[in-house]
Amino acid sequence: MISLTNAILFLLLAPVIGGLVSGIDRKLTARMQGRVGPPILQPFYDVGKLLEKENLVVTSSQNYYILSYIVFIVVSGALFFAGGDLLLVIFAFTLAHIFLVLGAYASYSPYSFVGAERELIQIIAYEPMIILSAVGMYMVTKSFFVNEIAASELPLILYLPGVFIGFLMVFTIKLRKSPFDLSTSHHAHQELVKGVTTEFTGPNLARIEIAHWYENVFLLGFVYLFFAFNPVIAIVAIIIAYLLEILIDNTFSRVKWQFTLKSSWIVAGMMGLVNLGVLYYLAGVLV
Amino acid sequence: MIELPFLIIFPAIAAVLLLFIANETLRDAVVKIAALLIGAGTLYAFFMYFQSGLQLFSVPFEPASQIMFVLELFIALYILYVGIRCRRYLAVLLIIIQSVLLIYVESVFVMGIHPEFNLFIDQFSLIMAMIIGIIGTLICVYALRYMQTYHAHHAEITDRRRLFFFMFFVFLSAMFGLVFSNNLLWVFFFWEITTLCSFILIGYSQTKEATKNAFLALEMNLLGGVAFAGALFYLLYVDPSGQFLGIEQLLTSGYAIALVPAVLIGFAGITKAALMPFSSWLVGAMVAPTPVSALLHSSTMVKAGVYIIVRFAPVYTGTMEGLIIGLVGGFTFLLASAIAISQSNAKKVLAYSTIANLGLIVACAGVGTYKLVWAAIMLIIFHAIAKSLLFLCVGTVEHRIGSRDIEDMSGLIVRMPKIAVMMFIGIAGMFLAPFGMLISKWAAIEAFIEAQFGLIFVAILAFGGSITVLFWSKWMGKIISVIPSGEKVEDTVKKEKWFVLYLLTALTVIVCLIFPLISSALIEPFVMSVYGQTARLSQDNIMIMAMMIFLLMLMPFSLLLYRDGVKHVPAYMGGRPTTTDMRFQGSMGITRETELSNYYFEEYFGEKRLLMAGTALCFGLILLAGVLLTGVVL
Repeated sequence: MISLTNAILFLLLAPVIGGLVSGIDRKLTARMQGRVGPPILQPFYDVGKLLEKENLVVTSSQNYYILSYIVFIVVSGALFFAGGDLLLVIFAFTLAHIFLVLGAYASYSPYSFVGAERELIQIIAYEPMIILSAVGMYMVTKSFFVNEIAASELPLILYLPGVFIGFLMVFTIKLRKSPFDLSTSHHAHQELVKGVTTEFTGPNLARIEIAHWYENVFLLGFVYLFFAFNPVIAIVAIIIAYLLEILIDNTFSRVKWQFTLKSSWIVAGMMGLVNLGVLYYLAGVLV
Repeated sequence: MIELPFLIIFPAIAAVLLLFIANETLRDAVVKIAALLIGAGTLYAFFMYFQSGLQLFSVPFEPASQIMFVLELFIALYILYVGIRCRRYLAVLLIIIQSVLLIYVESVFVMGIHPEFNLFIDQFSLIMAMIIGIIGTLICVYALRYMQTYHAHHAEITDRRRLFFFMFFVFLSAMFGLVFSNNLLWVFFFWEITTLCSFILIGYSQTKEATKNAFLALEMNLLGGVAFAGALFYLLYVDPSGQFLGIEQLLTSGYAIALVPAVLIGFAGITKAALMPFSSWLVGAMVAPTPVSALLHSSTMVKAGVYIIVRFAPVYTGTMEGLIIGLVGGFTFLLASAIAISQSNAKKVLAYSTIANLGLIVACAGVGTYKLVWAAIMLIIFHAIAKSLLFLCVGTVEHRIGSRDIEDMSGLIVRMPKIAVMMFIGIAGMFLAPFGMLISKWAAIEAFIEAQFGLIFVAILAFGGSITVLFWSKWMGKIISVIPSGEKVEDTVKKEKWFVLYLLTALTVIVCLIFPLISSALIEPFVMSVYGQTARLSQDNIMIMAMMIFLLMLMPFSLLLYRDGVKHVPAYMGGRPTTTDMRFQGSMGITRETELSNYYFEEYFGEKRLLMAGTALCFGLILLAGVLLTGVVL
C-alpha cells in the first residue's frame, strides 16, 4: 500500500522544489514592495553559505533537537507522499514541530523562549483545522490513506469548500506569512529578533530552512488533495493558493497572538465544523 | 482458580501485618516481599488465563458474602462516626441512605439467594489486574522511601505510617476484588472499600485542608455509592431471584433490564472517575503525599470508575443515556485539558490531565461501539503507566527542590538530569506520536467518525487534543531549558526510588513497542467476545510507528556527533552587558536576573470560569439522563 518510490522522490525533490518556491516567493515579494529582489536561486546560496559556517550554539542539545526536527519533518512528508495514513502524518508533523519548540526552549534565551511559546500557540491554532480537514476527506472518500484520497474521482473541493477555506487560513500560519508570522518571520521586521530561531546559526539554521522547504512542499501536497480529481486543476489551484498567500503576506501587518488563536479557532469551528456537519447530515439522510 | 482469591486476600493479609509493624527495617522487608509476591501472582494469573477468555468461578467458601455484609456495616458505622465527629452531615446523610438501601436489599431479597458465580476473569480483568499488581505495587515500594523523607521534612505531621501502608495494601486488595467479582454485591463491597481507603489516605496529614478535601472526596463517592446501591435495589426488585446480580448474566440479558442499573452504576463510575461536575475531589486529593496521588490516579480508584463504565459499555451502545454519559466524558476532556493550561502547580496539571483522560475514556465507553471500547482500554493501560511515572517524578523533584511548581523546575535537566529525562519520557508518553496515549486518541478519532453523533466527539478531540499539546510541551520546555548555572541535587535520591522510576520509564517505552501484542492477545479477544467483531490498527501503521519509536530512540545518539567542532556562546541578550549566570545590566544601571516564565493564559483558560461552565454543562447532562431514566423506570 505504501509507495517507497514516492517517498524517495519526495526526499530528493522536495528541497529543490521547496527552495525554488521560496526563491520565487522572495522575487515576487520584492516586486510587490517595489524592489528588484534577489535571484531565484538565492535561497540555495543562503543555505549553502550557512552550511559552511561554524556551528555556534548556546547548549549542545540544540543540535539534537534541530536534527530531530528535520528528520521528523522529512518522515511525515515522506509518509504523506508515500500514501500513508493522513492522521499519522499529521501527528508526526506535530512531533517534528515540538522538537523545534524544544530546541528554542533549550537555550534558555529570552527571545527564543518567547518565540517558543508563540510557536506553541501557533501549533494549537492550526492543529484542530488540519485534523478536521483530514476528517472531512475521510467523510467524502471513506479513507484516511493519502493514496486512496488522491485516487478518488470525487471533486473533494465541492464537498469541502468550508474546510478548504479553513485550511487556507492555517496554511498562512504554517507558511509563516503575515499576519500570522508570530514566532518567526521571513521578513526583517520580526519584533522578537528572530523568534524561535534566535539562537540558531550556521548549519542549524540551514537545517531549519531546509526543513521549512520540505514542510512547504508537504503543505502544497495537502492543497493538491482537495483537487486531486483533476491534476491540472490541482496544479493551478496550488499556484493560485500560493500567490494568494504572498499577496496576503505583503498586504497585512502582523496581528497579536490572541487574534491568531481566536480567529483560527472560530474559522475552524464556523467553516470546518459546519461543513462537516452538513456532510454528516447528508450522509445520514442519503443512507 | 486459586490465583484470584490469592490476589484478593493476600494483599489484605499483608496489610494487617503492616498495621502491627512499627520497625522500619521490618516494614521495608514486608512491603518489598509482598509487592514481589503480588507482582508474581499477577503474572502467574496472566499466563494461566490470557488464552482462556471468560471464566466464571463459584467460591466454595459459603459465608464470604455474609462477612462482606458485616464488614460493610462496620465501614458504614465508621463513616457515621467520623461524619458526626467532624460535623459533615452530608456524608452522614448519604451513608445512612446507602446503608438503609443495602440492609433492605440484604434482608428482604437476598435471604440465602446468591448468584452461582461470584468471581470471574477475562482479558479485561486481566489487564486491570496487571495494572494494579505491577504499577500499584511499584508505587508501594516507592512510598517506603518517600514517606521516610516526608516525615523528615514535615515534623509537625504525626507519623501514621502503619496506617498508611495498611491502607495501601487494603486498596490493592479491594481493587483486585473489584475487577475479579462477577457478583455485583461483591463489586459494591469492594467499591465502598476503595472509597474508604481514599478518604483515609487523602486525609493522612490531618491538617485542616486535608480533612476538608478528604470529606469532599468521601461525599462525592458516597453519592455514587448511593446510585450503585440503587442499581442493586432495582435489579433485585425486577427479579428477586437475584440471577441478574452477576455482571456476565446482566450484560447478556438485554437492554430492558440492564439499562437502568447500567446508567446508575455509570453515574457511580462518573463520581469515582472524578468527571465534571465531580472533578473537584480529585484535584483536592493532591494535598495527600504524592504516592497516594500516584496510586489514586494510575492504578486504583479512578480506574475503578472507568473500569465499571467500560464493563457496561455494550449496554450503552446506541442509547440516549449512553450518549449523554459519553458527552459528560467528552466535555470533561475538553474543559479539563483547557484548565490544565492555566495551572503552574505540577500536581494540579497532572490532576487535570487525569480528569481529562478519564473523560475521554468515558466518552469512548459511553458511545460504546466496539472500536471505541478498544481505544478506551488502550487509554487505560497507557495512562496508568505514564501517569504513575509522572507523579513519582514530581514527588522526587519536590523533595529535592522543595517545590512542585513547574516554574521552579526550570533547568531540571541540569539539576536532576536523570529525573528530567524520565519526566520527559513520561510527558512524551502522554501526548506525542508514536507513544501510547496518542495512538489511542487517533483510534478514537477514527472510531468516532462512524458512531452516532460522532462528529461532536471528533470536534472535541480535534480541539482538546491540540490543547493537550500546549500544556505538556510548555512543561517539557521548562525542564529541558539548559540554565547557565545550576547545582546538581540528584545524588541523594534513594535506590528504591530509582528502581521504581527506571522500571516505570522502561515500561512506558516497552508498552508502546509491544502494544500490537497487547492488543492482539488481550484487547481484541475481549472486544471480540463482547461485540462479535473487533478493531485493530492496520499493519502498515504499526510498522511505521515502530520505525518512528526506533528513530526516536536513536536520535539522542546524535549528541555524540556534536561533541567536537561545536562552539558555545552565551544567549542573545539584546546587546546588554550580561554576566555568565544571565544577570544583565538593566536600565538605570541596575543589575537584574533573567527569569523566563511560561504563558498561562489565565483570561482564556482560567480554572474558575471553565470549571463553572463544565459543572453547569455536565450537571445538566446528568440531570437529563436522570429524567430519561425515570421515564424508563416508570
